[in-house]
Amino acid sequence: MASIKQNHLRIPVALPDFRNMGVQLRILVIVNLMAVLAAVVRADSLITAWPALLQLSAAVQPILLGALLALFILNSPLSRRPYRQGCLAVWLLVLLLTAGMQHFAGDLFGMDAPPSLGRSWFLSSMTVGMLLLYFNLRSRALSPAIAEARLQALQARIRPHFLFNSLNAVLSLIRSDPKRAETALEDMADLFRVLMADNRQLVPLQNELELCRQYLALEKLRLGERLALNWHLDNMPQDALIPPLVLQPLLENAVYHGIEPFLDGGEININIYRSRDQVHMVLTNPYRLEGDHHNGNKMALGNIRERLALHFDAEAQLMTKVAGNQYRVHIVIPYRQAAAS
Amino acid sequence: MSDQALNILIADDETPARNRLRELLAEIPGTHIAGEARTGREAITLTDKLRPDVLLLDIRMPEIDGLEVAEHLQKLDRPPAIIFATAYDAHAVQAFELNAVDYLLKPIRAERLANALKKARALLPAQMEELRQLRAARSHFSISERGRILLVPVDQVIYLRAELKYLTVRTAEREYLIEESLTQIEQEFPERFVRLHRNCLAARGAIRGFERAHGADGDVHWVALLKELQETLPVSRRQQHIVRELGG
Repeated sequence: MASIKQNHLRIPVALPDFRNMGVQLRILVIVNLMAVLAAVVRADSLITAWPALLQLSAAVQPILLGALLALFILNSPLSRRPYRQGCLAVWLLVLLLTAGMQHFAGDLFGMDAPPSLGRSWFLSSMTVGMLLLYFNLRSRALSPAIAEARLQALQARIRPHFLFNSLNAVLSLIRSDPKRAETALEDMADLFRVLMADNRQLVPLQNELELCRQYLALEKLRLGERLALNWHLDNMPQDALIPPLVLQPLLENAVYHGIEPFLDGGEININIYRSRDQVHMVLTNPYRLEGDHHNGNKMALGNIRERLALHFDAEAQLMTKVAGNQYRVHIVIPYRQAAAS
Repeated sequence: MSDQALNILIADDETPARNRLRELLAEIPGTHIAGEARTGREAITLTDKLRPDVLLLDIRMPEIDGLEVAEHLQKLDRPPAIIFATAYDAHAVQAFELNAVDYLLKPIRAERLANALKKARALLPAQMEELRQLRAARSHFSISERGRILLVPVDQVIYLRAELKYLTVRTAEREYLIEESLTQIEQEFPERFVRLHRNCLAARGAIRGFERAHGADGDVHWVALLKELQETLPVSRRQQHIVRELGG
């Protein structure tokens, strides 16, 4: 019961991550939609709204882009402040930019009668207020989803099939090879510790990989020679942050659909590398068209996709592909470093 | 029967699972391990050869799963008693309970195993009928020939034709006779086989094309050309739409 209670813990409201492309896009779209609305309200007809919009845009875009740039740069100091102070800082920043724009606009564009500074400040303050309110509501709306995601993670991971077969394998070792039985039970303990933990926070890639290794060691116990692994981790950023239990369920799928149905087993390739600001994770496993246990696979993929979206918005991707007799999952996430510990 | 040891065949694809069963059986008096099978196919051939009293049969195995093995074994004159074993399969367990089919849950306990062996008996036709609904489409057809079981991989079958009481199953090499209904096979493999005629199903992948042919009575009809065989299969008037669908 304790674990269920934790789901209702309040997640403190925070400023959005201004370095996230999804957040930036949302700001751009909302502000421009507001500009369109303002232009249409001000004009007599839709046709005269167009020059009005152009004029408005000339004033709005520099402030908007300047603010986005400034917020991008100031993202980490801002995110460390308490929420209220952060909001205040964003507001002041925009007021400052508006004033600057007002000051230079006269010289740059030769506007005849610049609108009064007070009016501009009022308008930009309203815009900032509405955007902050929007992101506040959005994060509140999504926060149960994060708790939900944890629950979903619980459901999607570890097939009972794996648990009982592994217990069976350990039991078979107790008499003949107690040392290996010990290691196997330790691996299981570690695995289940992670499975039962609060999995809302991002974890270093290295931790997730350690978990995968323990999981695969248990599968190896059962499947022996049938399970061959091929790791390509030379260009892996160990400190990259990823949502927990993204790779492990994918490997579990690979074993269940790609190794177990085959008499001679097969090879699972795990390739993780960094390319500029992105971390790529590519898994391949043997595939046969007539495998008919695809529902479990789809559920796990849907779950992982959802959690990636919650953490990285539009910046993460999950692609699957069947090429010949290979099944391939390719995940791309933005490269975020774990704080040095 | 009581003074003779119970002959048991173990079928499981995982080595540790087989080891565990061997350890448990070693402690149950009156049992003898006749052999161990690593696959469904081996389970069938070894049952055929060793004629065990009891088959301990894992459900999830590569290629031919346990449920399909059980079905093929019904072709034997005296099929062995079957005890299914599964780590986790909610559907199967429910069906086993409902139909009083013997089963064990992994990890298996020694006393449960001993109990199951004591009362194990061959599957009844009604039980088998219920289990058939659990399994996916078969991977093999089985044919009883001179008391032995022949397995024909479904993906090697070119066509099936109904003749009186039997079905002729044609592969590139030869023909087999099985006692099944064409309609049931059509329902079991809707993707693989297509109905050409009231008495004939052909594998979609085995059809090379279609051709107009003149029948003996001067009647013109379509026939299907096959990739691996010279003979052609007539397409009935009612099924002519498949000529268009398969790009004849």
